Amino acid sequence: MNPRNSLLVGLVTFLVLIGMLLYFEEFTPGGGTIPAIGGPFSLEASDGSTVTDATYRDKWQLIYFGYTLCPDACPTALNEIAGALEVLGPLAAKVQPIFITVDPQRDTAKVMGDYVKAFDPRIVGLTGTPDQIAAAAREFRVYYAKAPDKDAPDGYLMDHSSIIYVMRPGDGRFVATFTQETTSAQMAERLRKFIANS
Amino acid sequence: MTRMMMLTVAALAFIAPAVAQTATAPIAVSDAWARATPKGATTGAAYVTVSNHGAGADRLVGASTPVADKAQLHTMIDDNGVMKMRPVAGIELTPGAKVALKPGGYHVMLMGLKQPLAAGQSFPLTLTFEKAGTIETTVKIAKAGAMSGTDMGGMNMDMGKH
Repeated sequence: MNPRNSLLVGLVTFLVLIGMLLYFEEFTPGGGTIPAIGGPFSLEASDGSTVTDATYRDKWQLIYFGYTLCPDACPTALNEIAGALEVLGPLAAKVQPIFITVDPQRDTAKVMGDYVKAFDPRIVGLTGTPDQIAAAAREFRVYYAKAPDKDAPDGYLMDHSSIIYVMRPGDGRFVATFTQETTSAQMAERLRKFIANS
Repeated sequence: MTRMMMLTVAALAFIAPAVAQTATAPIAVSDAWARATPKGATTGAAYVTVSNHGAGADRLVGASTPVADKAQLHTMIDDNGVMKMRPVAGIELTPGAKVALKPGGYHVMLMGLKQPLAAGQSFPLTLTFEKAGTIETTVKIAKAGAMSGTDMGGMNMDMGKH
């Protein structure tokens, strides 16, 4: 390799490293940068009232996007969340789980309210207009799309990101994610630590 | 060959495979369970374990139940955190295979539930196999979001997993 080439390789490596640093900096919880996940939203609660990202700021928010016709992934995630609330006991009062639909066409406010109650009455179910849902999903980098299925009700199922976001109280900043593989006990343990250190 | 003998041979040829199949019971269905569904829900999922004790391969190709308009074999694909539920034409059962339909993988998707599935109750489910024909089983209903058929309520059963 001649000196000119090695200089070029060095420069490229340097730029890639800087890029990586900037990329990961964005995801560092509590870092000095603007939070990359989460942001303003305005949605409809099951009683028909309008709620925003500021409504639940006094608590640790667990935010999960899904839909009620989902027979597998969503019940798993909501069940783990409900289990975590049980494990937390009285500390659960500091946690607000929020289930946001990605299927506003079928999930009305009432459908959402009935659905979350089957898991735990402390979970809130939110819906909205297609635009409101799209805006909220964008803030959380949640992907969703209709998947045509001729046998499904109305001819479609939903593909969607299955991630539980943990947002801290006060500024509502993103601090961690759970997946549907995270058990109730693991969720409760991490939440307990977050609460203790806050 | 007399006419009588011919008839007997024909009859035996017809019956023999059926008898052989019953005797070896190549496909066994066990641990059938479903999650209770929330009020108003029209879809649900049933899970079952299927074992192939036979010498030949078979395939689970369909399901039906009186509690839903349709029962379809589905799989969940985890595409970088995006969950995609897709119908599958069949589930392969190689000789000796034991396939558990469970949350996060294969399930029998119940569409058009005639009434919500209530925890503690049960319902019949008929599975159709390419070679073994149909087998009926009883599905026990566990709580909403249960992770197994024995997860009947209260604290989550996965406490010891971490």
